[in-house]
Amino acid sequence: MKKLSVKSVVAIGIGAALFFVLGKISIPTPVPNTYISLQYAIQAVFAALFGPIAGLLIGFIGHTLIDATSYGPWWSWIIASAFAGLVIGLITLKLDINEGIDVKKIVHFNVAQIIAHLLSWGLVAPCLDILIYSEPIEKLFAQGLVAGISNMLTTGVVGTLLLVAYSGTIVKKGSLNKED
Amino acid sequence: MARIAILSYIKRSSPVHELTGTTKLIFFIAWSVASMVTYDTRVLFCMLLISVAVFKVSKIKIRDISIVLGLAAIFLLMNNLFVYLFSPEYGVGLYESRTVLLTIAGPYTITLQQLFYHLNMTMKVICVVPVALLFIACTDPSEFAASLASIGVSYRIAYSVSLALRYIPDVQREYHNISQAQQARGIDLSGKDKLLTRMKNSVSILLPLILSSLNRIETVSNAMELRGFGKKKKRTWYMKRPMKRNDWLTIGFVLMILIVDLVVTFWDGSRYYNPFL
Repeated sequence: MKKLSVKSVVAIGIGAALFFVLGKISIPTPVPNTYISLQYAIQAVFAALFGPIAGLLIGFIGHTLIDATSYGPWWSWIIASAFAGLVIGLITLKLDINEGIDVKKIVHFNVAQIIAHLLSWGLVAPCLDILIYSEPIEKLFAQGLVAGISNMLTTGVVGTLLLVAYSGTIVKKGSLNKED
Repeated sequence: MARIAILSYIKRSSPVHELTGTTKLIFFIAWSVASMVTYDTRVLFCMLLISVAVFKVSKIKIRDISIVLGLAAIFLLMNNLFVYLFSPEYGVGLYESRTVLLTIAGPYTITLQQLFYHLNMTMKVICVVPVALLFIACTDPSEFAASLASIGVSYRIAYSVSLALRYIPDVQREYHNISQAQQARGIDLSGKDKLLTRMKNSVSILLPLILSSLNRIETVSNAMELRGFGKKKKRTWYMKRPMKRNDWLTIGFVLMILIVDLVVTFWDGSRYYNPFL
C-alpha cells in the first residue's frame, strides 16, 4: 500500500474530529427519533478532497468514537460508515475539486454518494447485522432504507452546497492579469 | 458554554487504570468479537457477570456514566420494540417451537421463544457496554495512539486517531462559536424552520467550519512535515508504558474467554442455545 502523506494523516485526524462533533449534534427532523446526520456530508466532502483512504478512516474512527462514547460500538454500522467513505473516495478519485466545479462535477459527486449510501445502508449494514446480531431481515432493511435515504438527502443537499461554496473560495489558476 | 455531554477519560487509581493501554485495547477488541460471535445464553450470561465485576474493580461510579447508560437504555428499548413490531414471531422460527403466553391482537402474540430471543439480543449488547465505557473512561487518550501502534496498526493511522482525539475539543468550541454568531444573524437550526431551510442553514455553519478546518490541516501538516514526521519506518511513543505481570494475566484471561466462547458456541453446530427442544 502506498504510504499515507502527512497531509492525509492530518486530514483524517481532523476529519474524524469533525465527524464526531457533528455526529453528536442533532438537528431534528419531522420523523421521531431521526436526526439529520450532517457528518456524512462532511465525510463525503473530505473523501472527494483527500481520497478513498481518508474517507474510509474518517468514517471508521469518527463513528467508532461516537458509538463508544454513547452506547458501546455497533460494529456493523461503523463498518458501513467506513465503506461509504471508501466508495465515495474511489468514485471521485479523478474529480479534481481544487480546479473549480461545474454541473458535470456536481452530478458526478452526487452519483458517487448515492451509490455509496445505497451499498452501505442497503447492503453492507443489514447483511452484517444479520450475521452478527441475527435480527429480523424486514426490520434491518426498513432501518437501512430510512438511514440510507436520509444520509443521501443530507449529503446531496448539504454536501453539494459545501462543495460549490468551497470551490468559490479557491483562487483559480490564471486569475491574475497583467495590467496594460 | 453548552457542552455536549460525552464520556471522557476519568483519572482515578484502580487496577484497571494501571493496565497499559495496549492490554485494555486487546481486551476490548477480544470482548467485542466474543460477544458478536456468540448467541449462547450461558456464555452471554457469564460475560455479563464478568463485565459487571470488572466495572466494580475500576472504581468508576454509576454516577460518572449515568447519561451514557440512559442513552444505551433508550437505544436498546427502541431496538427491541422495532424488532418486535417487525416480526413478532422471529424467536419461534429461531428456536423451532412455540409456546404462546398471551395474544394481543392479530399477529402480535407474546411467545416464550420471542421473549427468550429478546433476552439474548439485549444481553449481547449489554455485556459490551461496561467494557466499552471502561475502555474510554480508563484509558488516557495520549496513551491510546501508542497502544494502537503496539498492536500493529500503522503509526500514521495511530497518529490520525490521536490527532482526532486532540482536536475534538477545538472543533467543538469552533462549532459552538460559529453557530452562536450565525444565530445572532438570525439563522436557526431548531425545529421551527422547514427541513430544507434547516439543511440550507446548516451550510452557513458548516462552511466556515470546513474552511477553518482546512486551514488547520494545512498548518498542522506543515508543522509535522518540518519536524520530519513520516520519514522513518518506526516511531517511539512518549506515553508508552512497559507491560507488567497483570497485563499478561489480563490478556491471557481474555483470550481464554474468547476460546471458551468459540468452543461453547460452535460445539453443537449452532450459535443458539436452545432450551426448548
